[in-house]
Amino acid sequence: MSNKTVVQATINGEEVEFLCETRQSLLEVLRDVLRLTGTKEGCNNGNCGACNVILEGVLVNSCLVLGVEVQGKSITTIEGIASPQGLHPLQQKFLEHAALQCGICTPGVLVSAKALLDRHPHPSEHEVRHWLAGNLCRCTGYDKIVHAILDAADVMSAEVTK
Amino acid sequence: MQAFEYIPATTVNEAIAILHQQGDQARLISGGTDLIVQLREGRRKPKIVVDIKRIPEVNQLSYNLIDGLTIGAAVPCYKLYGSAVIKETYPGLIDAASLIGGVQIQGRATLGGNLCNASPAADSIPALIAHNAIAVVAGMNGERHIPVQDFCTSPGRTQLEPDEMLVSIQVPAPRAHSYGAYLRFTPRNEMDIAVVGVGVWVALDDTRVVITAARIALGAVGPTPLFVNEAGASLVGQPIGSQAIEKAALIAQLAAKPITDMRGSAEQRRHLVAVLTRRALDSAIARASA
Ligand SMILES: Cc1cc2nc3c(=O)[nH]c(=O)nc-3n(C[C@H](O)[C@H](O)[C@H](O)COP(=O)(O)OP(=O)(O)OC[C@H]3O[C@@H](n4cnc5c(N)ncnc54)[C@H](O)[C@@H]3O)c2cc1C
Ligand code: FES
Ligand code: FES
Repeated sequence: MSNKTVVQATINGEEVEFLCETRQSLLEVLRDVLRLTGTKEGCNNGNCGACNVILEGVLVNSCLVLGVEVQGKSITTIEGIASPQGLHPLQQKFLEHAALQCGICTPGVLVSAKALLDRHPHPSEHEVRHWLAGNLCRCTGYDKIVHAILDAADVMSAEVTK
Repeated sequence: MQAFEYIPATTVNEAIAILHQQGDQARLISGGTDLIVQLREGRRKPKIVVDIKRIPEVNQLSYNLIDGLTIGAAVPCYKLYGSAVIKETYPGLIDAASLIGGVQIQGRATLGGNLCNASPAADSIPALIAHNAIAVVAGMNGERHIPVQDFCTSPGRTQLEPDEMLVSIQVPAPRAHSYGAYLRFTPRNEMDIAVVGVGVWVALDDTRVVITAARIALGAVGPTPLFVNEAGASLVGQPIGSQAIEKAALIAQLAAKPITDMRGSAEQRRHLVAVLTRRALDSAIARASA
């Protein structure tokens, strides 16, 4: 009985093939096998959101997905948010608003925010706060994060209508 | 996490055959939001994990006026509130599905997994019971139907035999002027476990002033989610209004068997049952009268 399995998936638009143990989470695969260490581990049990990635267009905790479950699936991690042209508006606004301190929660928050704006391009403040309920931040008190996201949403819709 | 073999099953029969051969050495995975935590903590140690998400039947999500709603066992919560017709027809189920964890949990977590995990505090189960839902179960001897109100037998245990799996949950088509509601109390609005949960469902007559049928179920006040038949029955034939609601809330409160634990005392829970039953009934009646 071999517990190592070959898995093919598309990560940040690139087709990859990796070998993983069935018991490895997607989070472990990303960090330890593929060396995509932007995705962070906080709680490892679904509560903090530091490990959030977008799987087939849906926001998930990568610590609650097995590596073997993503066979044939497409995943966006924090490494896939910026474009060759530069930072994503969310990243830009996080810098401008100083929406981070230690930064451990930031990749997960950015991925959550990206998933939110993909689905709801004009969220209310309440919607942003509700959507981020599964992202814990020990440092910022959330206010700057929420305003950076609202500001990014404004900038992005202005770009679309330009 | 200990090592295990991972089998992505593609048919119901394949999954059942593995369960039949392996007994409690095998465990199904749907969204994995309970199971992966349990594996990591060593609370479950299966040799084989069978993924059901590639089986067509468990991915069904369909609604029509005759058969009602079919929720495949592997349909994640976000798909329920992603459907306009389900949102409109079964807001009481949406109340529960949109409370399970946060959005990223709802991207994976299923009502099927919530039911099979059989936590006394599971949010979807009182709502499903209130809607009179049926669990469609497949095993070596074919299919059987178990009312959700009888499905859980003790914390973490269900009526499922070791070689049976849940295929789908069937929710009856709504009668005219009928709606459900689910409310829970938690210290934090999101990402918390219910101290008490209350699911209700109410049908009104054509004038929308008399209650013709009602069902009430409670969560986190007993070893399993609790269907309180008498509470719903007390509302039948009554005009909508605080008197009837008050009485039903009192009956629900008397039926609750809460314990004291880190989340709340038995006394607080008993109090909450009455408050939440009242509010959930108000909400369902408001929906049905609109
Ligand atoms: C951070 C966090 C927050 C949470 N918040 C809530 C909450 O607010 N409310 C709440 O109720 N729950 C909550 N949960 C628990 C969990 O998310 C839910 O119970 C969820 O609905 C489980 O569904 P799943 O598909 O992930 O189940 P899985 O983990 O895949 O399965 C759960 C159990 O059921 C068995 N099983 C799965 N499918 C079948 C089947 N078809 N037939 C037979 N057995 C089966 C599995 O073997 C396993 O034992 C939370 C969990 C986390 C990690
Ligand atoms: S590490 Fe996955 S949610 Fe905390
Ligand atoms: S910036 Fe430190 S946890 Fe959020």
